[in-house]
Amino acid sequence: MYRYDEFDARFVRERVAQFRDQVARRLDGALNEDEFKPLRLKNGVYLQLHAYMLRIAIPYGTLSSRQLRQLALIGEKYDRGYGHFTTRTNMQFNWPRLRDVPAILDLLADVEMHCIQTSGNCIRNVTADHFAGVAADEIEDPRPTAELIRQWSSLHPEFDYLPRKFKIAVTGSAQDRAVIKAHDIGLRILRNAKGEIGYEVMVGGGLGRTPMIAKTIRSFLPKDELLAYLESVLRVYNLEGRRDNKYKARVKILVHEIGAETFSRLVEEEYARLDGPSIVADPEEVARIAAYFASPHYEKLPARSAAFEKGKAKNRAFATWAAVNLFAHKIPGYAAATISLKAIGEAPGDVTCAQMRVLADLAQQYSFDELRITHAQNVVLPHVEQDDLLAIWQTLVEAGLATANAGLITDIIACPGLDYCSLATARSIPIAQALAHRFADQKRQLDIGELNVKISGCINACGHHHVGHIGILGLEKSGKESYQITLGGDATLNAAIGENLGPGLAAQDVPDAIERIVDVYLAHRQNGESFIESVRRLGLEPFKAVIQEKLHAPA
Amino acid sequence: MPLLDRNGAKTDDWTLSPDGAADAPRVLVAFDHVQNALAGNGRGRRIGVAIANTIKAEALAPFLTDLDLVSIAFPSYGDGRGFSIAKQLRHLGFKGTLRASGPLIADQFAYALACGFDEVELPEAQAARQPVDQWVRAAASISKTYQRGFGAQNILDARRAARLAGK
Repeated sequence: MYRYDEFDARFVRERVAQFRDQVARRLDGALNEDEFKPLRLKNGVYLQLHAYMLRIAIPYGTLSSRQLRQLALIGEKYDRGYGHFTTRTNMQFNWPRLRDVPAILDLLADVEMHCIQTSGNCIRNVTADHFAGVAADEIEDPRPTAELIRQWSSLHPEFDYLPRKFKIAVTGSAQDRAVIKAHDIGLRILRNAKGEIGYEVMVGGGLGRTPMIAKTIRSFLPKDELLAYLESVLRVYNLEGRRDNKYKARVKILVHEIGAETFSRLVEEEYARLDGPSIVADPEEVARIAAYFASPHYEKLPARSAAFEKGKAKNRAFATWAAVNLFAHKIPGYAAATISLKAIGEAPGDVTCAQMRVLADLAQQYSFDELRITHAQNVVLPHVEQDDLLAIWQTLVEAGLATANAGLITDIIACPGLDYCSLATARSIPIAQALAHRFADQKRQLDIGELNVKISGCINACGHHHVGHIGILGLEKSGKESYQITLGGDATLNAAIGENLGPGLAAQDVPDAIERIVDVYLAHRQNGESFIESVRRLGLEPFKAVIQEKLHAPA
Repeated sequence: MPLLDRNGAKTDDWTLSPDGAADAPRVLVAFDHVQNALAGNGRGRRIGVAIANTIKAEALAPFLTDLDLVSIAFPSYGDGRGFSIAKQLRHLGFKGTLRASGPLIADQFAYALACGFDEVELPEAQAARQPVDQWVRAAASISKTYQRGFGAQNILDARRAARLAGK
């Protein structure tokens, strides 16, 4: 994991002092509310429906045990004993008081954390594959790149007042687990024909009210040119992005309006004018960062763990959890374990402070002190010995964290929705809870197999509904919540935007509708194809028909 | 309108004259008149230009060696185009004074300086609410940031210096 040096530490401390001063200037009237708003947003402080909300950055989703314990402490001392992991792998506290925020920022700085740029019209928390350093198909760990970008984008003098927010994601594997094509910039690490490492640069993806899939503007950018090239992209966006309409201000609209080729040409022209070597990080600096992400000292283990096999044979629940929640590790005898924060009936992504401590202890004891937060709002223990899995699982069971549903229909992504968010037009969490209850049966979930349900409580799409195999969008129609169902979205390198199945449904009809959709799949699937494969083969029509039936069924 | 630079308050000795007709030693003209003002500048006047943030830096390229000042408008503090225009003008080799003009806030002063601005011109009300000492203090609140090419003090170069000193 990356550790702050003296410069990073000083930077974050100075930032806390700066925020204290900003709060003081707001209170004495030097700053008016309009002027203060972007300053507080860039420190993660939102004004929500009922209270302030604080969003803490978890860069590329990587956390140490010490950091998670500190989050638990903050949650107990300044909030209501729980936190919420977001689809940007951040942690949100929903009930802090504004006057406590500087003290919370100090506590975060104590463990090398901050809230910098977790909101506002600037470059947001950089995300990466949550199986970075674990996946066998990895070309290079994306986290050193993400850390380099985190530093470069922090308080960037030129790019802190962009037309709109700007999100960057990095993947280093053939498989995309970071939804890079739904980002303002998606970077895919790859090797060229000469075997050199570089990036495929994609720009203009995004969800929200105008979902777009990112377009490739550079098929191979040499690794050492990254920061200068990013400066060019951001400069073109800062100058050319629309500022007349907030809903048309993301870079995806610019790329769409002028075309990816023109956008690419503008970037390349700007890039040609720059003095790249004066901007990019030295190879020594890149190596310094990368060294923090070196592999931990793995034990030499047999590929097959006798203890693990025995545990599975003796305990069916453990065997199910292992079959569903484990991810193959590149090192023999190890596994990466997904810890689901989607227990049936709970709010997706919520975690109590007591659970945080259990997770921190498990990571310390079994996973080289490291945890990952995923964009699917779960936690990963990235490097555990298979011999230890049974003991880990038993601890998880006691903590209510052993739900065996990673990637299944009840592993639902949901935004906070109208229960918390001032932008929301409908509730998300109760829909997720109702669906989870409907599909709670473990055997049935396993039979259905991989199926991503994603729920957003408004058109801003924080719940990624556009790229859900089944997407649910909560809107408000004449004072009532109305839920639109989309089908066929895909968050991988085959990225696709789901298509609308028809008019919106009332909240109480959503579980029935989803069940009917699933039944169509179960009735028509061939040769073990997954839900999304069936949808691609069958098209929308058979699914639309059941939604129509639901709409017109007598109450 | 009040003017300040990194040292504090400053007297504005430029005369705004959009068409360049004013008889003054330093005349700030509109973009449309910059060519004429420079061409007819037999009187030893210094010429500056005030531009909207929709003007491309390149459009000023032919005049940059003859201009003493470029004033870039910030229609609101949230509109950051001026930062990029300033950066581009410095890339193009502009050596004169760069002025940011508009309702910026003190917390943007460090950014403005880092992007190549020398001074900020504020509306009266803004300056009254945010006294000069707040600007000077805000500019120093973060001692080093991470970007190379944005002022002398940056963490990447400091790390490099530390590396070299350690060798």
